[in-house]
Formats: sequence, structure tokens, C-alpha cells
Amino acid sequence: MTAVQRRWLFLAGMAILAGFYLWGLTELPGFGNYPGPYGFVINRIAVAQTNATGVVSAVNFEYRGFDTVGEEFILFIAAIGVATVLRQLRNERTHESAGHEGLGAGSAETTDAVRLATLVFVGPAVLVGWFLGSHAQTSPSGGFQGGVVLATAFVLIYLAGEFLVFRRFSPIDLVDSVGAVGAGGFAAVGITAVALGLPYLTNFLGLGTVPGAVSSSGTIALISFFVGIEVAAAFVLIVGELLEQTLLVQRGGR
Amino acid sequence: MTGALAAASHVAAITTPFSVPPALMDTLQVVILVLVAAGATMVVLTRQPARQAIALSAYGLLLALMFLAFQAPDVTLSELTVGAVALPLLLMLTLAKVRKRE
Amino acid sequence: MAVFPFVVVVWILGVGLYGVVTSRHLVHQIVCLIVVQSSTYVLLLAVGYVTGAVAPYFFDIKVHTPAVDPVVQALALTDVVVEAAVTALLLAFAIQAYKRFGTLDPQELVSLKG
Repeated sequence: MTAVQRRWLFLAGMAILAGFYLWGLTELPGFGNYPGPYGFVINRIAVAQTNATGVVSAVNFEYRGFDTVGEEFILFIAAIGVATVLRQLRNERTHESAGHEGLGAGSAETTDAVRLATLVFVGPAVLVGWFLGSHAQTSPSGGFQGGVVLATAFVLIYLAGEFLVFRRFSPIDLVDSVGAVGAGGFAAVGITAVALGLPYLTNFLGLGTVPGAVSSSGTIALISFFVGIEVAAAFVLIVGELLEQTLLVQRGGR
Repeated sequence: MTGALAAASHVAAITTPFSVPPALMDTLQVVILVLVAAGATMVVLTRQPARQAIALSAYGLLLALMFLAFQAPDVTLSELTVGAVALPLLLMLTLAKVRKRE
Repeated sequence: MAVFPFVVVVWILGVGLYGVVTSRHLVHQIVCLIVVQSSTYVLLLAVGYVTGAVAPYFFDIKVHTPAVDPVVQALALTDVVVEAAVTALLLAFAIQAYKRFGTLDPQELVSLKG
């Protein structure tokens, strides 16, 4: 089958799919006419039940916490998969060529302007990431966003041209274990509830007095912290593996 | 059934102390949706992967603006950090890896 | 305006799938998969939107202010971050494919046997 035939076959299939989709659109209540009861119900009772004013994070970590455990483990396993695939590639190459130069030999020289601009933002990035990770219950923030911003702080160190400093700040063993602590911590919070005789992932900590304070809403803040460090460790692991791939200079490569 | 539910829940237009005029909101949403559709087409039609990473970054920014127009600030934060920063970075690192082996 | 966001969803889906089908570079194909996945975010948020309502955060507004649906926002939020990690896994596979077969053209990869 040639490329042109493939293209026409795809367009025919896409036209059929779009036809069925648009036919189904006529039965929908239309954009903006949200009919279902769950959105209105949760908006009304979430603050009173969990003392968390960020209802989206309350839904993520409390009402639908079980789904979030699953998603976080998808993230964890994807990061481990990247590490496994790329480390196996690296071990194969080290066995092949005897004399290869070490790390850092291929790191580029960056200008002082780039170095200044990136290093100035490392501190604020860590601060913003920590803030986002710890305020899930108050305002639009949460462990997922905070973790990615925290990982970006480490990448900024690499961008300033210091790959070896980046590696010293995030040694592979430490990053692996922090990721494991994050993922396992989330599951452990759920299991602690089971040990207390409650269903899995029940909010067993005190809910606090003021809705929306940092110390309120019980396990939501704790779970958000664990998710934050796990997401940060996963992204630093992924970026670190890809960076080690690019900076190994091979002299008699394939 | 759904038609009746829709009619019942929308007898009068909802206004809050923070609402902008509904015509303005509609215009904003239509414009940003058209921009998102154009952005998706631009990302797909950019054939070179290095340029596509930059196009993906711009598309992530457009998506973040769209999420903001749909009253979802949490998703905006996620899309900004991931789609405009982390994904183009991963793409660039992969391309550097692939090119170095040549 | 009643169905326009959903039409945009199917347009983005179609354009992304067209890019996947007619791609000549594995990394380009992976980016088109990202575009396809972004159409689901638009669909989720369009389903949960309530005209005239505000974001569901009651830190500084009263609890009974009409707000949009928070459940679909929670789904889209975790989806965005997890997708980046899965894309990284796909990119690692692309690197391995390049190492094994020496080419990143998906239409040539199909015809290679082992």
C-alpha cells in the first residue's frame, strides 16, 4: 500500500468517525449547560466536609484519591521505564568501546549572560515549587504542578553549563530513593487508614479549624507533599538519564 | 430527559459578583478556540522535529490561555509548566542524542 | 457557540491523527500524539463548563457562588503531568529504535524484520 493510498484510507476512516461524533453531538445539552448533579453537589459540600477551599485538589486527593494513586504510579513506572531503557543502552555502550572519555568532556561552554540569567532563577523556582506543593488545599496549586516546577529548578542548574554540579545535586541513588519515598508514602497514607480500621485512604488526620489554612484538611496536605516530591524526582530522573546519554563522548562509536 | 434537565438548570442566566459580560466571555472563548485549532494544525504541519519543539511550546501556551478562559486555573498551571517547559526540553534532549550518534 | 468547542475537539483529533499517519520521523509522530491527547483536555473542560460561573476555589468568595465542575478539572490536571512522563518513555523507545535499526523513519521501520 503506497503512501497516497494510506492517506486516502485514513481520510475515509476519519470522515466516518467525525460523522458519528457530530451525530452524537446533537444529543448533548450544549456547551455551558452543564446538567449533571455531581459538580454542583461537590462545590456545595466540599469546603464543609474537608476544610479545603481548593475543591479541585480536594477532589483529586480525597474524593477521588484512589484514581490519583493509580495515576501517580503510572508516572512512577514511566520514569523507571525510561531509566531502565536508557541505562541498558549505556551499559551496552560501555562494554563495546574500551576507551571513552568521561562525563563532562562534551559539556558546552556557556556565556556569562546565560549563566547569570539561569542561576538567578534557581532559588525562586525552588521556592515557587515548594509553595505550590504545600498549598494544595487553599488555592490553585498542588503536588503535581509543584513537583514539575521543582524539577525545573534542577534543570536550570544544568542549563547554566554545570552538568557535573547538576549531577552532584541529584545523584542517581538519591533521586531514585526520593521518588520511591514519594510513591510509597502516598500508598502508606492509605494503608495507615486501613491499619486504623477505616477504609483505604480515609482522611484520618484532624481537619483543622480554619478552612483553607495550610495546616487544615488533614491528609490532603500530606498526600500533596508526597506527590510533589515524587513528581519532582521522576522528572529529574528522566532529564538526568537523557542528559547522560547526550554527554558521553564516544571515540570509536558505532 | 437531558433536555428537561438542561432547561430546568438554566432558567435564568447565572451571574456572580465576578462575572464579565457574557458576550465578552463568548467572544474570548471563540477566539481562543480558533487559535488553539490553528495552533494544532501548525504543530502537525511543522515537519522538522527541532522546529516542532518550539511550535509545541507555543501551542502549550495557547492551551494554557484556553484553560484560563474556561475557568480552570489549576489545569493552566500544569499545562504551562509541562507543555511549555518540560516537553520541549525532553524533545530537544532526544534530538541531541539522536544527532550525536551520526 | 453551543457545539463549537466540540467541533474544535474533533478537528484537533483529526489533525493529530493525520500527522501520525503521514509522518516520516518518529519524534514528529510522538509530538502529533501529544496533540491528539490535548484534544481530550479540551473535551473534558468543555463538558464541565457552566456559563457565567467562576473557578471552583472558595478561598476568597462565598461557598455558594456558582462554580464550574471541579471533577473534570481534577481529571485533566493529573492527565497533563502523567502524559509528559509517558511521552518521555516513548522518546526513550525512539532512541532505542534508532540504535537498533539506524533509522527514525516509521515507514522504513515497518519493513525491517528484526
